[in-house]
Amino acid sequence: MTDTAFTPIAQGSPPISGDPHVVYVLRHADDNLVLAHRMGEWISRGPDLEEDIALANIGIDHLGQARALLSHAGALEGAGRDEDRLAMHRSERAFTNLLIVEQPNGDFADTMARALCFDAYQVPLWEALATSSDSVLAGIAEKAVKEARYHLRHSSTWVIRLGDGTEESHMRMQAAFDRVWRFTGEMFHGDEVDHAAADSGIGISPITLRQTWSDTLDGVLTEATLTRPTETRFRLGGRRGFHTSHLGHLLTEMQWLARAMPDASW
Amino acid sequence: MARPGDAGRLVVTGTVDDIRSVVAGISDPEIPVLTVDDLGIVRDVSVQDGTFVVTITPTYSGCPALQAIQEDMAAALTAAGYDDVEIRTVYSPAWTTEWLSDEGRRKLLEFGIAPPHPVGLLVRPDVLCPRCREKARTVAEFGSTACKALMVCTRCGEPFDYFKEL
Repeated sequence: MTDTAFTPIAQGSPPISGDPHVVYVLRHADDNLVLAHRMGEWISRGPDLEEDIALANIGIDHLGQARALLSHAGALEGAGRDEDRLAMHRSERAFTNLLIVEQPNGDFADTMARALCFDAYQVPLWEALATSSDSVLAGIAEKAVKEARYHLRHSSTWVIRLGDGTEESHMRMQAAFDRVWRFTGEMFHGDEVDHAAADSGIGISPITLRQTWSDTLDGVLTEATLTRPTETRFRLGGRRGFHTSHLGHLLTEMQWLARAMPDASW
Repeated sequence: MARPGDAGRLVVTGTVDDIRSVVAGISDPEIPVLTVDDLGIVRDVSVQDGTFVVTITPTYSGCPALQAIQEDMAAALTAAGYDDVEIRTVYSPAWTTEWLSDEGRRKLLEFGIAPPHPVGLLVRPDVLCPRCREKARTVAEFGSTACKALMVCTRCGEPFDYFKEL
């Protein structure tokens, strides 16, 4: 006797496999979706009203990018999953985001260190994807790169102001980079999905972004009088669905309403 | 099957230009002085297999006004008698403030929002206060909506929004 209610894999959470094209689009969607949620967590918690608005605005850019990418991934997959289905009805193990974006906001320095590391990666990523052979992905990237440049300007400004600020702000900004650094290597760690995407012209090999990223980071850190961390034991796993304990909590908050009341609408 | 109210309903056989004129006057819910025409977000109006297709592009990827604009367009077209209408979104070519009309720039200034500088200038000019035309300083890179920054005039002290060049 079989009972479908007790199948080992939760409904809506197929393992991460299938068409590398879909997986490739989905992982970039997940990066933006998860970071959008983290930025949204700052709403009403910002250090001042202007910054509260800035963080929310950056979050909404990431959310818009995520929605476009999720819709595209769902259409490519052709299994009837739309952006909401993909965002709200996949479990932790089916999420393919980088570990860096799921890290808790910490203090404002932690959020800005994470933002700078990610923005400096996203600018050259979107620039490269703007020439993707996948015209939908190229269109999304062409739009997103303008937003990413603005995010980078914002995070750079804060890192410089706090790093080259008071003794306290310098110390906390440095500590934030020391904490986040172990998650930066994953951004440039290509796997078979990236290689397939690069070969077909859909995407790029992430290692090609590392030099640009490194130059950007060095420039900002120097101006901020901060020291580039030397940690090289980078944490990996996000792209394969192996996450830090933080993602499950984030998804619980993000998904509970959609799961408790499926098909609810405004 | 006929429904109550269907009898006597006007059968509208408009042109692409008719559709364009119906949607052109729809205002941006976040900056109501601007119409979609001023913003330059209507990219195309065409007829495909008997369906009118209105193609629009977002100003920013996550612009929350986009959905409201789509709904307003659909409602305006329905009210004008066009039932068979589809509103599509495209991302490429990416929207730029260069598409903002001269009329739109004038309305922004009148409304108290400094219009965007040209894109790609090597030296970014000062943003001038819409009231006294004096130099302003940036308070925050992000203002009340994704497309604006918050400024304050160095002379009259008036806080105002700058529509960021993009």
